[in-house]
Amino acid sequence: MKTIVILLVTLFSVGIQAQEKKNKNATYTFEVNGNCETCKQRIEKAAYSVKGVKSAVWNIETHQLDVIINEEKTDVTAVKKAIVAVGHDVGDMKADDAVYDKLHHCCKYER
Amino acid sequence: MKKITLVTTLLFSTFIFSQQKLDEVKVKNNNRGLQKSLSTTVNTTTVSSKELLKAACCNLAESFETNPSIDVNFSDALTGTKQIKMLGLTSPYLLIAEENIPMVRGASQVYGLSFVPGTWVESIQITKGAGSVVNGYESISGQINTELIKPLKDIPFFLNAYGDSGNRYELNTHFNRKLGKHWASSLFIHGNTRVGKNDMNNDGFLDNPLGKQINVTNRWQYTNAEKGWVSFFNVKYLNDRKQSGQVDFDPNKHRGTTTFWGSEINTERLDFSSKTGYVFKGMPYQSMGWQNAFSYHNQESYFGLRTYHIKQQSAYSNFIFNSIIQNTRNKFSTGLNYTLDRYTEWVNATDFSRIDNSIGTFFEYTFDNGKTFSYIIGGRVDYHNRLGIFMTPRLHVRYNPWDLGVFRFSIGRGKRAANIFAENQQYFGSSRQFVIQNSGGKLYGLDPEIAWNYGVSFTQKFRLFNKNSEVTLDVYRTDFQNQVVVDVMQNAQQVLFYNLQGRSYANSVQLDFNIEPIHRLNIRNSYKYYDLATDFQSGRFQRPLQARHRFFSNVAYETATTDKNRLWKMDVTYNWLGAQQLPNTQNNPISEQLGAKSPAFSLVNAQITRVFSPTFEMYLGGENVLNYRQQRAVLGTDNPFGNYFDATIVYAPVFGRMLYAGLRYKIK
Repeated sequence: MKTIVILLVTLFSVGIQAQEKKNKNATYTFEVNGNCETCKQRIEKAAYSVKGVKSAVWNIETHQLDVIINEEKTDVTAVKKAIVAVGHDVGDMKADDAVYDKLHHCCKYER
Repeated sequence: MKKITLVTTLLFSTFIFSQQKLDEVKVKNNNRGLQKSLSTTVNTTTVSSKELLKAACCNLAESFETNPSIDVNFSDALTGTKQIKMLGLTSPYLLIAEENIPMVRGASQVYGLSFVPGTWVESIQITKGAGSVVNGYESISGQINTELIKPLKDIPFFLNAYGDSGNRYELNTHFNRKLGKHWASSLFIHGNTRVGKNDMNNDGFLDNPLGKQINVTNRWQYTNAEKGWVSFFNVKYLNDRKQSGQVDFDPNKHRGTTTFWGSEINTERLDFSSKTGYVFKGMPYQSMGWQNAFSYHNQESYFGLRTYHIKQQSAYSNFIFNSIIQNTRNKFSTGLNYTLDRYTEWVNATDFSRIDNSIGTFFEYTFDNGKTFSYIIGGRVDYHNRLGIFMTPRLHVRYNPWDLGVFRFSIGRGKRAANIFAENQQYFGSSRQFVIQNSGGKLYGLDPEIAWNYGVSFTQKFRLFNKNSEVTLDVYRTDFQNQVVVDVMQNAQQVLFYNLQGRSYANSVQLDFNIEPIHRLNIRNSYKYYDLATDFQSGRFQRPLQARHRFFSNVAYETATTDKNRLWKMDVTYNWLGAQQLPNTQNNPISEQLGAKSPAFSLVNAQITRVFSPTFEMYLGGENVLNYRQQRAVLGTDNPFGNYFDATIVYAPVFGRMLYAGLRYKIK
């Protein structure tokens, strides 16, 4: 029994350590709501405003945002928050109505 | 497949402007012949292979005839080769590269463009102004890069046959095989020949040289998209023979005699090049590339009693690393170049052989804010055994002030070693003596050429007749700090070479207006103004054989594609050239003078293509259909070994109307 516990603890700590080794080029893809070229510029600009974001490309057709981030400096949630803050919904994270209302008319995506 | 394409494009665009890879992908998929992007920082036009089909287009030099940014000179009767000019300056002032490896340079300066058959070309990128520092320091007024067909995208078989009323025949065959998952290979074989003698103006001299050319390339491409590797290996062999001069000249009988004047120019060339690119795993923004090229070029020639022999053995190597600073809005490229040229050069009995080598390093930073503003700032430091140690700074800026409008600015410095004989060998076709006014420099006793080029460009796209239209204004200036002046203004018996004393500049203004009034009808218009003045020893003159005003128009129409995939394509090109300054012939007897200025004239080229199916088409066309000819193309024809002989003053076509026909067959 003791051996098993030790083994489990060891395994677990290895797991933790593995997670602690941060990826400098972590790739994420997630959906961001938007419509047009203006949205693309705003979304990418917001993503780049987060320190540690190396690349951000939003696809107008698929609405998918591809980001490469340095996880030693930031995490994907911070990127999502930054995008939501400028008015674009990311999955369950909704932008403030006030910000959304101020978007250029071409960016009035369906919520 | 998409990934492979992306990787390939990424790697390849890296070599020119790593930073613009994504834009270039977009551009290429478009259907138009000439592409100008609103989002690239540099003033670059992309010419697609579709555009190349508009001209008789036997080789790269001729393929620019439908492109207003480049002026194609008239081939002189001697070399039969068309020279190109950009911003009024001839090809020595341009960096002409094949897949980003400088190609038309040194010994191949005059004929190099005619050594690339048009059917091999996939696309051409034409950059006005200084251009990137990545490929070298020599470009002054622009850069031209040619991409050949990539083995992985090639079709299994292609055949093109061509014949014209000037007795010129061409055959192009391409074969391609895909070998397994990662390899593909293409074999291109080109042959052309001019067998019949033409003398339309009855001056006893051939209007264009007799010739034979065999040109073979074998390319191998390796692509491994999962691992991020792409490689190319190329082997190329060329043998080109030309004969010109008096119609009755027979090389076997008359060479070395004064019975008839004749010339032969025989060139053999072997090229080997390789190129490897790697995109780092999980870091699509970071890549590196390594290019190597070796070439052997040997030209043996004589012009009447003069002989000229140049052999160039070259090695070239370029390493480039591309990455980002913090994020992809801040990119950089850096690397090293190395060039070695061993020249064996004999002009008559004088030996000008030498070895040139240079090594340099570059750094280029690009900022792009993702929408309206970007700039590229670059510099390089080189050491060259004859040019010394020097800096080459370049700056390009792009700004989109409003929708569909783009403003560009560029400034840069270029420096080069003039190969005075190789670049000016047409003057061997005259009785002019070559006089070098030695000033103790390291290049034939002369100094390196140094120039600054700067300019602005504005493009506005708009909707007219519910179709895309655009207007562009380009204004550029090149200022020479030193130039090797090629002086034919002193008298008609000499061509002088000396370091510039005073000023030399080239101003150019180009206004383009392109519209599509009805569907599938494209009209391209262009007005060009050139002011190229040089302080010669006899005073300031416009650069000889350069029209101050030019007008260009190209009208292209395509019918709708039928159910059976058939269609007609047709296009007409109109060129008007104003008066040109002519070399000074005033000291000749009156009967052997040409006057100070050439007359203005117009030229029309036209072509029609019938596409029978996606795999078979035929075309028929005419060059110079109005049959305008320079009345007097050779001076001193009575006595070509006398003092007044000159076959170099060519300001208009020597050969009149030329009709041609050809076919293209593909197996897809």
